[in-house]
Amino acid sequence: MSTASSPQAQSLASVVVVDYGLGNLRSVTRGLERAGADVEITDDPAAFATADGVVLPGVGAFREGVENADPLREDLLEVAESGTPLFGICLGMQMLLTTSEEGDTDGESAVQGLDLIPGTNVRFAEGQKVPHMGWNELHVQREHPLVDGVDGNYAYFVHSYYAAPDDEHATVATTDYEREFPSIVANEAGTVFGTQFHPEKSGETGLQILRNFVEICADA
Amino acid sequence: MVLTKRVIPCIDVDLDEDGNPAVYTGVNFEDLQYTGDPVEMAKAYNESGADEFVFLDITASAEGRETMLDVVERVADEVFIPLTVGGGIRTTADIKETLRAGADKVSITTGALERPELITEGARAFGNQCIVISVDARRRFDEGGEHYVEVDGESCWFECTKKGGREGTGIDVLEWAAEAESRGAGELFVNSIDKDGTKDGYDLALTEAVCDTVDTPVIASSGCGSPEDMYDVFTEAGADAGLAASIFHFDEYSIAETKAYLDEHGVPVRI
Repeated sequence: MSTASSPQAQSLASVVVVDYGLGNLRSVTRGLERAGADVEITDDPAAFATADGVVLPGVGAFREGVENADPLREDLLEVAESGTPLFGICLGMQMLLTTSEEGDTDGESAVQGLDLIPGTNVRFAEGQKVPHMGWNELHVQREHPLVDGVDGNYAYFVHSYYAAPDDEHATVATTDYEREFPSIVANEAGTVFGTQFHPEKSGETGLQILRNFVEICADA
Repeated sequence: MVLTKRVIPCIDVDLDEDGNPAVYTGVNFEDLQYTGDPVEMAKAYNESGADEFVFLDITASAEGRETMLDVVERVADEVFIPLTVGGGIRTTADIKETLRAGADKVSITTGALERPELITEGARAFGNQCIVISVDARRRFDEGGEHYVEVDGESCWFECTKKGGREGTGIDVLEWAAEAESRGAGELFVNSIDKDGTKDGYDLALTEAVCDTVDTPVIASSGCGSPEDMYDVFTEAGADAGLAASIFHFDEYSIAETKAYLDEHGVPVRI
């Protein structure tokens, strides 16, 4: 299954949005188009190889996400291996890590993420309102082209688990929800990264992040 | 900084005489007045700093549903903030269709009261975050409730109603809120039949009682007549979001003004 849509202006980069059967892909597609990308929504791994960048979207539960995306696991690992920018959004970002407390973390029923950014997704503490839903501030912790021009801006979050990467340096930005948690993470090479919030729902700040992403793809 | 309080305009969509989508604003769920084109209003509210939109299909017809999905698509293509869509959602197929059109959340009232499993099924299939359970609460100063609160020196309970308050259910709002949460509702949307359209403030007792009962975010609705009312529902009742229709639709206050007021008074908002 593959649907192509035309960009609104001259295309700066071709981006694939991975369709693994979950969620609303419409907003992220329109947002990327607004940011200058030529977008293809597909589950065809052949398209991943030729794209300038790949977006792994997602809402919902970790286990369902990982299971749905499982047929594409090797292909996604190849995208990362090749250095093509791979951008996980919300659950898509959580899937870049190794495990999640939302699925089992060990034993036979353990759910394995892509392990591209080693770490675990952990649940917010008892007694905190979950999901963490709404607009919260981004605190940029280190340089990464994805966060150009967004330090201190607000982004839209909906989640009950957050990424806890093993390597502190993987944290690009944090957000305060009774504790400071990583809201943007990236691997060491900087080519695999993800946002816990939804840039496609974060107004102008989100569009800036999508424009930054398209630029990363164009330069890659 | 912390999670901000959300200011949300609610847009009731009906069909005009020519079958085109139009926004109507009512008083006590009646006396609807035409206030504009839904897509244009969404764009204007986005520029004014709305944190989210709620669209309610008030046609309760098949034509209305089709039109509504088209409105949702057009808004989702133009405006990059969350959209909640409600009205007539009764099955997981309705939920799916609405999300596919570009909604991020669905708001369900009667469909969930009549078949609570819809909450469980919807949360499992699409995630808790997109299932918003909406209650149309009415104050009852009689016996029959489970939980009583003091309102103006009198003891009352809150009843879930259907059909915009025209039909009672005997179900206590606080019992229902707890059940909705345990079934997987990601957010509760609390309307007051007593306050709707009155512009004399939210039902603070109702909102506070619901906030004390559940851990999921609560959107307060009905009765907002000024930025001060929104301040009260955040600071006194503990709501996570404040929804308003007529004060924004009739240009009495802009969203930007409302947020500036909240900011000046120490309420965290996205500006």
